Amino acid sequence: MAEILEATHDNVGVAARPARVGSFRVHLFGDRFFNLVTLLLTLVGLSILVGLAIALVVDSSPSIRAFGWSFVVSTDWDPVNEKFGALPFIYGTLVSSTIALAIAVPLSLGVGLCLSEMAPAWLGRRLGFMVELLAAIPSVVYGLWAIFVLGPWLRDHIEPVLGKALGFTPLFQGPRVSVSMLCAGVLLAIMVVPYIAAVCTDVFRAVPQSQREAALALGATRWEMVRIAVLPYGLSGVIGAIMLGLGRALGETIAVAMVIGNSPQISASLFAPSATLASVIANEFTEATSTLYLSSLVELGLVLLVVGLVLNVVARALVLGATQRRFEEDN
Amino acid sequence: MSATSAIRTRRTIWRKMKSDLMMGVTVLATVITLLPLFIILAYLFAKGASSLNLAFFTHMPAPVGEKGGGMANAIVGTLELIGLASLIGVPTGIGAGLYLAAHRGGRLAAAARFGADVMMGVPSIVVGIFAYAVLVRPMNGFSTLAGAVALAVIMIPLVTRTTEEMLLLVPHELREAALALGVPAWRTTLWVVARTAASGIATGAILAIARIAGETAPLLFTAFGNRFWSTSLTEPISSLTVQVYTYAISPFPDWQRQAWAGALVLTTIVLALELGVRWVTRGDTRVAR
Repeated sequence: MAEILEATHDNVGVAARPARVGSFRVHLFGDRFFNLVTLLLTLVGLSILVGLAIALVVDSSPSIRAFGWSFVVSTDWDPVNEKFGALPFIYGTLVSSTIALAIAVPLSLGVGLCLSEMAPAWLGRRLGFMVELLAAIPSVVYGLWAIFVLGPWLRDHIEPVLGKALGFTPLFQGPRVSVSMLCAGVLLAIMVVPYIAAVCTDVFRAVPQSQREAALALGATRWEMVRIAVLPYGLSGVIGAIMLGLGRALGETIAVAMVIGNSPQISASLFAPSATLASVIANEFTEATSTLYLSSLVELGLVLLVVGLVLNVVARALVLGATQRRFEEDN
Repeated sequence: MSATSAIRTRRTIWRKMKSDLMMGVTVLATVITLLPLFIILAYLFAKGASSLNLAFFTHMPAPVGEKGGGMANAIVGTLELIGLASLIGVPTGIGAGLYLAAHRGGRLAAAARFGADVMMGVPSIVVGIFAYAVLVRPMNGFSTLAGAVALAVIMIPLVTRTTEEMLLLVPHELREAALALGVPAWRTTLWVVARTAASGIATGAILAIARIAGETAPLLFTAFGNRFWSTSLTEPISSLTVQVYTYAISPFPDWQRQAWAGALVLTTIVLALELGVRWVTRGDTRVAR
């Protein structure tokens, strides 16, 4: 063996060796250059996130200094007298997102189960594709449709029924207008269903077949199998999907700004106009004349950013855990 | 004996009925979920197509109160913004994706991957504020450039993560074979691995373009809007989405009519990109969300 090695080594001409070393260096230079370029592009991507956070903190510092923590608990939003409080918008954001999730979560679970447990593969693919198309429609188009179709329809057909049946609670009282918290909530539900449903479908499909077979072998019906095998197994993934949907609902801007009525007040009735963090930024940013006004709007954006980041990080960890477990168990 | 079996049968029938009922409910949920898709598309065609004419594509917006006019500048503006954003966003995203795929275990790669995932959850209006802070204010005015950068910021994480996912689908043996033949690592990555994953990467880029084509919020105070042609990168520019938004919330019936026409054009562009790319790839690729 050693002889052969020595022989080959000797066969390499003295003149040939530097050339090889030289071309090797060229390769290394190419690798280094390529590495450097991709590294720089990665750093650009990463620095955007850092820069974004810094820019928001810096720009909102006048308002943070002026109001401190009272910013998030004050209900005053009075640009004329330079008094700014975020509570009406935080309230509007939470309530509209809650309505959205209350409608969207049961629907998404249904879609997820239908696509993973009921539909044959060819139909499941087509239906899943249509759900994704729903997510592709621009939000300004949703908003346009809601202004002229959904809002009036809710006002004329749904709100009277709700008012009659549940009018004894303050939630469903008061005059009916086509721009309202309810309309924003319903529209948000339509918009976030595709996101939650798509993740739910993935999560349910990732439940190992052995779990289903075990349930069926014990004599479970299809629904019992879903209840004892599929749902518990996918629970953490479903929670993650809901949180992703919540993140979407909180941050949705233009469609909400078009139908919520943009009134900075806390009203118990869902029929009343309201405003959200994102919608008030969209509406007032270009009109904000003073530094304090502008920085208050930026601080609203900061609140939105922080809430969005926390939700997103937790949700992704949950979904990843639920969809990757399958590979460990199947392999 | 027969009594217990009768009870058992009744129970079994009840359980089967309940199962069928619940599975029926899931089908119903799917129908209800998909219903808005068809209703919205139907309204778009009914209201949009009747308002669509040649003037819509060739004329400028009419002054307030006057009838007629079109969105020629908004259509061109949207194309300009998308083009410019892709020029910034696609190479950056693909480059970062190459890095992430090449340095799977690296600490920086892990941080960048986390950062990209987090960026995908940032509301687009916040991205608009960011572009305002770093470009609009320092340059003393709304500009095409600021709008394009805002859109690019939304694109980059999407393209990055899709590129990485697609590169990881390429069998490792392919890479090893090229390296064993003495091909330098960077050429292996570009000419062997990336080329194999090219259709997936292209799909990801096009879906990201479709996504930003429909964005309104980040353009409101970056690209702003313009009633005329925008001739420079430092001037505000009109876009279909912002124009549809402005017209939709206006009190003028003629503007509202044009908003429907604009929405139809916009939706056609976005869905054509989505459908086209999926038809070509036959649904092999999943884009990052």
